[in-house]
Amino acid sequence: MLGWEFPPFISGGLGTACYGLTKAMDQLGIKVTFVLPALIRSEYVTHVKLLTPASMMSAGRLMKFGELKNVTFHAINSLLQPYSTPDVYQRQIEETLRLKQQNRGAAVSFVGGVDYSRDMAAEVRRYAAVAVELARNEVFDVVHAHDWMTYPAGIAVAAMSKKPLIVHVHSTEFDRSGEHVNQMIYDVERQGMHAAAKVIAVSYFTRSIIIGRYGVSGEKVEVVHNGVERSSNGGWSLDETGIKKDEKIVLFLGRITMQKGPEYFLAAAKKVLEVMDNVKFVMAGSGDMMHRAVEMAAGLGIGHKVLFTGFLRGEDVQKIYKMADLFVMPSVSEPFGIVPLEALDNDVPVIISKQSGVSEVLRHALKVDFWDVNEIANKIVAVLKYAPLKMTLRSYGNFEVRRLSWKDSAAKCLRIYEEALAAAYC
Amino acid sequence: MASICFYFQVHQPLRLRHYTVFDKDNHYFDDYKNAFICRKVANKCYLPANRLLLDLIRRLDGRFKVAYSLTGVLLEQLQLYAPEVMSTFDALAETGCVEFLAETYYHSLSFLYSRDEFLEQVNKHTETIASLFGQKPRVFRNTELIYNNDLARLIESMGQFDAIISEGADHILGYRSPNFVYRPQNCSKLKLLLKNYALSDDIAFRFSNRAWSEWPLTAEKFARWISNVNGNGYVVNLFMDYETLGEHQWKDTGIFDFMGRLPYEILKHPDNNFKTPSEIVACYEPVGTVDVPHLISWADTERDLSAWLGNAMQSNAIYELYRLEKKIKTASDDKILTDWRRLQTSDHFYYMCTKYFADGDVHKYFNPYGSPYDSYINFMNVLDNLHNRCSGGAAGAVSRELSQSKNQHDLQTVN
Repeated sequence: MLGWEFPPFISGGLGTACYGLTKAMDQLGIKVTFVLPALIRSEYVTHVKLLTPASMMSAGRLMKFGELKNVTFHAINSLLQPYSTPDVYQRQIEETLRLKQQNRGAAVSFVGGVDYSRDMAAEVRRYAAVAVELARNEVFDVVHAHDWMTYPAGIAVAAMSKKPLIVHVHSTEFDRSGEHVNQMIYDVERQGMHAAAKVIAVSYFTRSIIIGRYGVSGEKVEVVHNGVERSSNGGWSLDETGIKKDEKIVLFLGRITMQKGPEYFLAAAKKVLEVMDNVKFVMAGSGDMMHRAVEMAAGLGIGHKVLFTGFLRGEDVQKIYKMADLFVMPSVSEPFGIVPLEALDNDVPVIISKQSGVSEVLRHALKVDFWDVNEIANKIVAVLKYAPLKMTLRSYGNFEVRRLSWKDSAAKCLRIYEEALAAAYC
Repeated sequence: MASICFYFQVHQPLRLRHYTVFDKDNHYFDDYKNAFICRKVANKCYLPANRLLLDLIRRLDGRFKVAYSLTGVLLEQLQLYAPEVMSTFDALAETGCVEFLAETYYHSLSFLYSRDEFLEQVNKHTETIASLFGQKPRVFRNTELIYNNDLARLIESMGQFDAIISEGADHILGYRSPNFVYRPQNCSKLKLLLKNYALSDDIAFRFSNRAWSEWPLTAEKFARWISNVNGNGYVVNLFMDYETLGEHQWKDTGIFDFMGRLPYEILKHPDNNFKTPSEIVACYEPVGTVDVPHLISWADTERDLSAWLGNAMQSNAIYELYRLEKKIKTASDDKILTDWRRLQTSDHFYYMCTKYFADGDVHKYFNPYGSPYDSYINFMNVLDNLHNRCSGGAAGAVSRELSQSKNQHDLQTVN
């Protein structure tokens, strides 16, 4: 399996999905060799500290890898060698990778004039070359590549080993960048999808993009919805937060980027505050629209009602869920969207956009068009105002989430592997 | 001897328009959608079905008989949007072979929450029927055939009814058959007619189901099943939604041909005849009493109230609605009263049902909302506005005020 990120180094759904899927495969007894650009090693701790709060490196997190008996990890250390530049630069590149390149313009400003796309392409090729080397010494039946950065590696490994390639589409360039697609990335995605024996889409929403925009034959594209990793909530009280008990909290959690629709969240917040007062809006996450979001909140005159927490992980995420009365995901284009499942798992009712894959699997969620700010506000007010609504959404939603296990997703993947293998050998 | 008693329920709710917390006006109902659906159902069901039954009555020289229960909210809509249907009902009434039943004017669950309101709505309905069709109803049916001993007592005490209709649910009848007339527990005069749900549902739900082993259902076959009742009962109560004819079972399933043939096939057997509920009551004496301490209905497999009051949102919405009764009635504003009553129609609560999985198909078919949550939000927004209107336009959230209210005991569920 070829991946790009893995907990605790995650910026979003991809890492979480790879973790959940491999863990479930592990339980099904499937042997997985997971190839990553970098694995957490002690010598990288200084580097890691730049990226994440030190608390995240706690032993408990790393222990999780020990749970995966059938999963082997390979880090391609060579990849990081080109970045033997000063730490700050390294962090920026890393940050850029983590954001999976929102759009070209923003990315260029990140790395200060370096042609990011060329650099990224080189990076992806290096990853491919090393992955092929690694694969020579491994025994495996199928190659499973997650998202575009690993597709060239997947194609190369599959060609070398004569094993079927399965590409797993967690998001497409159209989700990340709207209509302003990066041609290089699109080409890589298209190549990967066409070279693959099977394409796995995380939703029907994404499947239709793959068929419509990438010209992939429909019979090749299967849908495997994501699952959710059920968490055990530790003891924690509201006193620690410093937010008043009678204040309601509406949560936005995710990258603050065009794709996630932060401006619709703020516009809805403005409307809610016209009819309700005791509400705070928390935006947890970072991203290239962060500054614009802060400015917009100020511009709307609701700056004092909106809190920006920055990027949250682990325990902090649990804390914010404990505080929240409602989670809102007004994504403009969301291939799947794992966060609402996590929110429901943490007993937080959700409002999700109809333009998301997760709305295909959730019934007990309020659904809105991302642009319909009036309706988003209407629903936020209703959840905050009517306790039975919140209660029903929460209890049924929580129950519903339990059905969405990674085990089912892993089992579906296994079936797809078998189909691909059967097709390859007949 | 088997007497066949057809009773059709005819109802269309007044659906709410999309109403957000930001809406301020008093216009709650979706006139366009209601008119559209009313005309659509009129063309697919009410008009062709009325013509067919009228034709049968004439051809069979009065040997074919039916009963209807037309809700007040439906009659209002027909008068506005499909007046031609009204004239066909007039024609049916004039044959003397058609009986009209009584129910709550607004097709409401008021019996469960307010006896006063319930009685007012029943009286409003019987008066409407009397003025439109020239007959005062003598048989009562409650919304969705919701029934228990208390309801029967209340209906008997009104003094104007001979019988009441309910579901012949297995768990109330046990080994007994619905094909007899019974007496409700604790009643001395009132009679009880029970729906033969097996035969009724063969037409209403299974008629076009190709997976059903008896498909296709022919008039000959159904008449044979009816005749089998001879010797084991003397009435077959076939109660169903009128929309079964042409709307639930589309014309191309052959439902109209089936209905057109059925009376002839049934009457081929010399012991069979058709009777209206009042004729049944006049003909037969009760064979025993039926004790129904708990509420039943004709809905879903549970035959209980869970389709309307099964989750916290439904109970909350209806509870908040009836809480307003005193305020609404002291406001003595006809428009406010009418809006409040229109919100009582049981369909509003049915839309909030979350029992997706077993009965999902039926619920989805009748639901104008994308989800039960949307319907609850919409309903509560409307209710909030109505509440403000009857408290003299005072602003403020209803829910907060209500949840803090101390005197909740006076509005407990009556049952």
